[in-house]
Amino acid sequence: MNVDTTNLKRPTLINETGGKEFDALLRRHKISPDEYKTLRGIMGRAPTLAELGVFSAMWSEHCSYKSSRVHLKRFPTTGPNVVVGPGENAGVVRLSGKLCAAFKMESHNHPSYIEPYQGAATGVGGILRDVFCMGARPVANLNCLRFGEREHPRTSYLVPNVVKGIGDYGNCVGIPTVGGNVSFDASYNGNCLVNAMTVGLIHEDRIFKGYATGQGNLVVYVGAATGRDGVHGATMASGSFSSDASQERSTVQVGDPFMEKLLLEATLEVLEKNLVIGLQDMGAAGLTSSSFEMAGRAGNGLFIDLDRVPVRTKAMTAYELMLSESQERMLMVIEPSKWDTLRSVLERWQLAHAVIGSVTGTGRVEAVFGGQLEIDVPVAPLTDQAPVYKRPTSSSQTTDAKAAAEFDQRAAAIVNATPMAELIEKLLLDTGSKERIYEQYDQHIGSKTVFGPEHQGAAVQWIRSDVSAAEPHLGLAIATACNERYTALDARLGAAHAVAKCARMIAAAGGKPLAITDCLNFGNPEDPVVMGQFSDSVDGIGDACRELSIPVVSGNVSLYNETDGVSIAPTPMIGMVGRVDDVRCAVPAVTRSEGELFLLYPKTVRPTFGGSLVARLLTLRGGARSALPPAINWEAERESMAALATWTHSKFLTSARDVGAGGVAGAATKMVLGKHRGTTRLNLSNVEFGVCLAAEGSARYFSEFAGGYLLLAKPGKGAELLAAAAKLQFNALTQIGEIIGIGAELMIGEARMGLSWLERTSTDVMPFD
Amino acid sequence: MSTAGSNVRTTPTGRARIALLQFPGSNCDVDCMDTMARHFGIAVTPVWHSATSLPPVDGVIIPGGFSFGDYLRSGALASHSPVMQAVREFAKMGGAIIGICNGFQILVETQLLPGALLQNVSRKFICQYSSLAVERGDSVYHRALDGMTLRMPIAHGEGRYFASNSDLERLTKDGRILFSYADATGLRTIAANPNGSARNIAGIVSENGRVMGLMPHPERATDLLMGGSADGLEVWRAFLASFT
Repeated sequence: MNVDTTNLKRPTLINETGGKEFDALLRRHKISPDEYKTLRGIMGRAPTLAELGVFSAMWSEHCSYKSSRVHLKRFPTTGPNVVVGPGENAGVVRLSGKLCAAFKMESHNHPSYIEPYQGAATGVGGILRDVFCMGARPVANLNCLRFGEREHPRTSYLVPNVVKGIGDYGNCVGIPTVGGNVSFDASYNGNCLVNAMTVGLIHEDRIFKGYATGQGNLVVYVGAATGRDGVHGATMASGSFSSDASQERSTVQVGDPFMEKLLLEATLEVLEKNLVIGLQDMGAAGLTSSSFEMAGRAGNGLFIDLDRVPVRTKAMTAYELMLSESQERMLMVIEPSKWDTLRSVLERWQLAHAVIGSVTGTGRVEAVFGGQLEIDVPVAPLTDQAPVYKRPTSSSQTTDAKAAAEFDQRAAAIVNATPMAELIEKLLLDTGSKERIYEQYDQHIGSKTVFGPEHQGAAVQWIRSDVSAAEPHLGLAIATACNERYTALDARLGAAHAVAKCARMIAAAGGKPLAITDCLNFGNPEDPVVMGQFSDSVDGIGDACRELSIPVVSGNVSLYNETDGVSIAPTPMIGMVGRVDDVRCAVPAVTRSEGELFLLYPKTVRPTFGGSLVARLLTLRGGARSALPPAINWEAERESMAALATWTHSKFLTSARDVGAGGVAGAATKMVLGKHRGTTRLNLSNVEFGVCLAAEGSARYFSEFAGGYLLLAKPGKGAELLAAAAKLQFNALTQIGEIIGIGAELMIGEARMGLSWLERTSTDVMPFD
Repeated sequence: MSTAGSNVRTTPTGRARIALLQFPGSNCDVDCMDTMARHFGIAVTPVWHSATSLPPVDGVIIPGGFSFGDYLRSGALASHSPVMQAVREFAKMGGAIIGICNGFQILVETQLLPGALLQNVSRKFICQYSSLAVERGDSVYHRALDGMTLRMPIAHGEGRYFASNSDLERLTKDGRILFSYADATGLRTIAANPNGSARNIAGIVSENGRVMGLMPHPERATDLLMGGSADGLEVWRAFLASFT
């Protein structure tokens, strides 16, 4: 390939003296006048239109993290089990010996709001590629969804289509969807959240990173042909919406899960056979980001002949070819001698492929098209001088303890005046069964799923890898969480809650937390309040991670989640991976037998209604200044997690569940609504909640606190469990009830509710047919 | 229920020899191979769709997935693969074949089994555990599974079994319906029919009783640890037993 570009003509440069037209061009590309000055300094001349597009994409919020980067540095990212930390396609953490888990969560919020089916589907596709382009075989998908109120007209359109998009994509590629979470809140009326997470397994010595090393090596394009879909998707995702989002539809990509499956198998095969030197998914900003990032990591340049790019539509411009976000494409760098072997693998998988360029020593990405040098941009300065903003923040938290106490008192009075059955009904109507969603996801393919969505706690998978043959029953535990009611009141404490909740879910299942990924969904970063929420959330995640010794290994930031000037509630979604020593000892969060029911809780427990589910259900709006989410006692959290690790393994327990939204009543109700029938008696009168306004009368069943677990002991094992718990320093264990095998009732205090009524109430709560 | 490989019937040559077809888009192939290896000590031979012949084998597995992306119709493109000609000949010689989910769809498209698999009545993909009643019949599979009610996962968007009334009559009369969706006690009820299949049909056999097609996934019900059912092993035992 002739890579000499010295005599090539450039196309017309953009007209900087164009006045209004020039200003409009920069605005369309979301490049500020200051950023343009930097661009001008790097280029030493006016850019071509395609070059302007490259800068616009690479410096977009989505690709450059320009508003968030200064904050993300504060995350704890190291630990004895961290193999690959943030900055790569996915984080990698060690599970056992050389066996590692590669995982990441990513948002696809804007595309999903515009075109829910394709937006959600391509979100799944993108995160799968992030994981398998490192050489990991995906074994689990999860998704975290936030929609507007059920009554909002767009919700009933978004939910079924997002769910179908996720299902159709993951089902076809053949990766089980094993968990996630969903909630409905007015805060998301104009901006839904679709966060997809993938976990893959990988051998520590075979982790692959995208380096374009070796001058003279070939650049190979693999996968779907390029079309106009998604041109400038990264820039779109970096701005706010007007309510007439349908105009943006052409920037949404279209997914083909069959192509993804072929790409997955082909990629893992070529990596296994050592056929490629570097490889990267063409994700956001397509060919642009993959070529610049691969060249940048290796300190090399790339020559690309755009005429060789496989296209699916005629008359595409260099600009479109560089910025298309057509899905299911990979860029590979290979030694020329490997080309024939690589080609035979790609042909076997029926994948389109083309040599489109080569690695150079210029330190520049040069792209020719139709005999003209369309792009000639130095790689290092584009990254090194990328804009970084320390945007103004205003503290998101000015809590008034007195007002919070008044709120608790008011809430407790209303809760105590409302019949128990009515509260439970409201609770189930809001957070009832998600079966209508997850029954559309293949949860079992891969034959690893020990606990999936129906078990309601952390997902547990039985790994059975050759790499960990010494531990035949080694398992993977995966949990996701974010309570936006807590983060809305206190972004820092709320974010810490999200991490703690994931860790509790994993501990309850019988696992040990290892590391997290985060997907930080926030509003407009140019609003100091939103930026304050962001900064506080980063600190909250950091607090929890340090307290629990759980590092952050990957993540994603999604800003500008606002429509018509209204930002979403801060939603720092957390995905956590843990290990289960022996899946035979893991327990679900739903009951499956009779037994004695216990509450494990911190001795310093102080329940509150701030940010509680019941406060929202009773439309007790506690603003950010007048209510507080529950405090977290980290000593107690660490102790209970460590204790649970022993108890589940010593087979005291048949079920365990952390107490979260809806308090003890919420947790107990959902715990007993599984397949098992029986009568549950539950009474909290023996529980020491201390002097606490939110725990007087029946309010104690619905107020919320951190660090609580409902434990179902095996019949006859209660005494042993109590003896074990007597050694605890920071936690108390109290029997609060029992489950017996006859009847089908839930009795909370004096209230009696039939299981069939509860089940009927719990189903059909999804806003679609 | 034993999960040991020791009681597996094998061919006169020793271990059973099994081929597993792989199409672009097959995704239950690994689970089938894992089941055979872990529970029966059998190393399955994968056969790529472009092969024009099968190795010498006692049985053929056509696994689930989305062969060729299920473009056109589920299983339609796969049925025209070169390897399916070899499978037709294998079937003609009385070879044992099991087609699961997309494999069932391929067998129907190839006309090794009658009928069609249409989109679920709900028009949604359905993943859940279903109970299956074993119907009356004379095939080697019927005999091995006689009287059982098996619990296995289903996971499909197009699993509604459809056939003409006369075909349905003939299937029933000839004892070629193998599995029907049922409640936990084995009763065929309307409520137990997850996808609107005619006569609750979940699986059938060919005229010679050697080709089995079913929508549920026996390869996903092999360990009590996962989903609380190892009933799928019964189906695999019946398949292996048919080799002798």
